[in-house]
Amino acid sequence: MKKLKRTGVYLFLSVAALVSIFPFLWMIISMTNKSVDVTQGRLIPGTHLFENLKVLFETVDVVTALVNSTIIAVVTTFLTLLIGSLAGYGFEIYRSPGKDRIFNILLLSMMIPFAAIMIPLYRLFGGISSSIPFLGIDTLSAAILPTVVTAFFIFFFRQNTKMFAKELVEAGRMDGLSELGIFFRIYLPTMKTTYAAAAIIAFMNSWNNYLWPLVILQSPEKQTIPLLISNLGAGYSPDYGVIMTAIVIATLPTALVFFIMQKHFVAGMMGSVKG
Amino acid sequence: MSNSMESTSSAYVEKSKNKSTRRWFKKNYIGWLFILIAVIGIGIFYFYPMLRALLLSFQSGMGANLEYVGLDNYMRLFGDPTFIAALTNTFIYLLVQVPVMIILALVFSVILNDATLKFRGFFRTAIFLPCVTSLVAYAVIFKYLFGVDGLINQGLLSLSLISEPLNWLADPVLAKITIILAITWRWTGYNMIFYLSALQNVDKSMYEAAKIDGASSIQRFFYITVPMLKPIILFTSIMSTIGTLQIFDEIMNITNGGPGNATLSISMYIYNLSFKYTPDFGYAATVSYVIVILVVLFSLIQFKVAGDDK
Repeated sequence: MKKLKRTGVYLFLSVAALVSIFPFLWMIISMTNKSVDVTQGRLIPGTHLFENLKVLFETVDVVTALVNSTIIAVVTTFLTLLIGSLAGYGFEIYRSPGKDRIFNILLLSMMIPFAAIMIPLYRLFGGISSSIPFLGIDTLSAAILPTVVTAFFIFFFRQNTKMFAKELVEAGRMDGLSELGIFFRIYLPTMKTTYAAAAIIAFMNSWNNYLWPLVILQSPEKQTIPLLISNLGAGYSPDYGVIMTAIVIATLPTALVFFIMQKHFVAGMMGSVKG
Repeated sequence: MSNSMESTSSAYVEKSKNKSTRRWFKKNYIGWLFILIAVIGIGIFYFYPMLRALLLSFQSGMGANLEYVGLDNYMRLFGDPTFIAALTNTFIYLLVQVPVMIILALVFSVILNDATLKFRGFFRTAIFLPCVTSLVAYAVIFKYLFGVDGLINQGLLSLSLISEPLNWLADPVLAKITIILAITWRWTGYNMIFYLSALQNVDKSMYEAAKIDGASSIQRFFYITVPMLKPIILFTSIMSTIGTLQIFDEIMNITNGGPGNATLSISMYIYNLSFKYTPDFGYAATVSYVIVILVVLFSLIQFKVAGDDK
C-alpha cells in the first residue's frame, strides 16, 4: 500500500514536471526545424537552426529590439535599486512616526492596477512631448521612468534593512563619514546579496514588461523584445521555426539568470515576505 | 573661580545640547532626503494618475476633446454588453483559476517538502521553471500548442481521446479553458516556492504527533498544513487575485479577446477603448475604476475570510 502510494506520487510529479518542461523542450526543438515540420508535430531536433536564425535577423530587426530591451532593462534595474534602497534604508534607519505613516501610504500604491493609471500616464507623457522631447511618447526614457519607483522595492529593501546591523551606522558616524557616505561605503557593500536578489527581479520584470512599452513605444525602431514577439505571433502566415528562434532568444537572458543565480533568485522572491 | 567654572560647564551643557539638537535635526532632515525621490516618484507615477483617472472617469469625448458628463460613464457600464462580457470573463478566470492554482501549488509543496523523496531538487526546479518565461513568449507558445493543428490536438488524437481536432481558440468555452490552463502553467510553481519556504518553519514534530494519533495524510494536510500556512496562503491569493483582475498579456497574445468577446478581460477592454478604437479616455478610465474597486473589495473579502476563524 505504502509503496503503491509512493509510486503514485512519483507518477504525479513526473507528469507535472513533463508538463512544465515540455513547452521549453518544444521551443528549443522547433528552433532547429522548418515551419512545416513544426506544424506537423516533429519532436526531433532538425538542422534548420542557422536558416531560422538567418531569416529572423534578415526579416525583423531583432538587433534593435535586443538593444532597446537591454538599455531599458539595465537602466531600469540600476535606478530601481538606487531609489528603492535609498528609500528602504531611509525609512528603517531614520525611523519616525511621520515616515512610517508615509510608508504605509506608499504601500497602498501596490494595490493600484496598472490599467487604471495607464491612460493618465500616457496623457502625461503626451503632454510633455512637445516641451521635453526626450521624455515624450515613443522614447525609451518614457518607457523607463514610470517603472523605476515601486513600493515593492522600497518594501523589499526596508525588510532586508531590518537585518542590517545598525551599530555599523554609529561606527560610521564615529569615523566621521557623512550619512550618505555610510550608505554607500558601509550599507551597500554589506547588503550585496539583497541587491543581487533585487537586481534579478527588477531585470526580469523590465525585460518581460509588455503593456506599458506597447502603449508608449510606437515606432518600429523603439520596439522591445516582447513587442517584437507579440507582433511575430500575431502574423497571418507565421514561420514557426523562426518565431520559436525569437522566443528562445527572448527567454535566454532570464533563463540564464535563473540557472546561474538560483539561490538569489528564490531569496529575492522570498525576501519580500519574510520578517 | 568656582563661579566661572560653573558658568563654563553650563555653557558647555548648553552647547552640547544645542549640538545634539542640531545633530538630531540634521539626521532627521537627511532621513527625509533618503526617501524623497521615492515619495515624489510614487506621487507622480501612481497617486497623481489615480486622481487624474478619477477625474477622467467623469468626462467623455473622443481624443482630447473631453467634457464633464457627471455619472454618465458609470451609467453606461450597465448597458454595455462588451463591458459585461469582460467583467464576466475576468470573474470566471478569477474564481476558477486562482483556487485551482493555489490548491495545486499547496499539494506540490507538501509533496516536495518530504525529505525522503528522491529527485526533489529536479522536480522543484522543473515545476518552477515556467516562471522564467516572459508572459508574451509563453502566451505565443500556448497559442500554437492549442491551435487546430497544434500539438495538443495531435496528442489527444493519437491517444484517441478525441475523434476530431478541437477548435480550442475559436470555441468560447474551450478558449477560456486554454487561458486558464496557460495561467496555471505559468504561475503554479511561483506560488509553490512561497509555500515550500513557509513549510520550513512548520514544526516537524507536529506532523509526527499527528501521525502517532493516526491522522491520515489528507487530515494532516487540512488540519496542520493549511492552518499553519494561512498567512502565506492569504498573501499569495491576494497577489494572484490582483494579478488576475488585471490580466492582459495572455489574452492579447493567445486569443486577442476572441472568439467574439469570449475571452476579453477588463484590462484588455480598457486598452481597446483607449488605443484600438477611437480613443475614449473618459469611459476607459471609468472601466479602469471598476478594477480598482474590485481589487479593494476582493482584498477585503480575503482578509475577512482569513481572519474569521482565528
